[in-house]
Amino acid sequence: MADKELDARGLNCPLPILRTKKMLNDLTGGQTLRVVATDPGAVKDFQAFAKQTGNELLESAEANGEYTFILKKKA
Amino acid sequence: MSDAKKLAIIATKGTLDWAYPPFILASTAAALGYDVQVFFTFYGLQLLRKKLDLKVSPLGNPGMPMKMPFGPKWFKNINWNIPNLVQSLVPGYESLATTLMKQTVKNNGVASIPDLRELCREADVKFIACQMTVELFGFDHSDFIDGLEFGGAATFFEFAGESDVCLFI
Repeated sequence: MADKELDARGLNCPLPILRTKKMLNDLTGGQTLRVVATDPGAVKDFQAFAKQTGNELLESAEANGEYTFILKKKA
Repeated sequence: MSDAKKLAIIATKGTLDWAYPPFILASTAAALGYDVQVFFTFYGLQLLRKKLDLKVSPLGNPGMPMKMPFGPKWFKNINWNIPNLVQSLVPGYESLATTLMKQTVKNNGVASIPDLRELCREADVKFIACQMTVELFGFDHSDFIDGLEFGGAATFFEFAGESDVCLFI
């Protein structure tokens, strides 16, 4: 179970990333955020976001047109 | 001095479509940890006005698909090829195209320009308005949103010279 959840369904680039960043600000290092999105571009974008910000992408999954990401905030 | 990467953008266009790239790139870079400055000059100044009234025109813009944001899928997929002559003669054609564009943006879950601009501000993106073009076009500082810096080309280079990414839009 993630520490926080973000529903980014129906949002398009760059909103899922911007909302994610904002939400991560409210977490402490090591806590996790679960994001659900419908933008197919989000798959690559979340990988890129994790790589560039140092927040770890623990999970990236797709089911029924929805993409789920779990990020762990950088310590 | 922070060791964050730096993005410098020059925004020169003042239409609804061209308002997107600078604000999307600036807000995203800020979310990735970049220090960001955007220098608004010429028509780009429109993007800083308190009252945003940005329009888009398909006239003389052959790259712009003209599609309807409502109705069944087959109808939405039609690309209305309207001759330039007609576009230029029909009163309010530009306003109609702008309304359709805004609806399409909304339908697709794409942020509005006022929202993206606000997200940039929240993320500490620095906006600089070109003082020379402010005067050239007869604008007043009070026409623009608060918290801007007014400067010239030298001001831009102070930051751009140290940037990792520099874009002219």
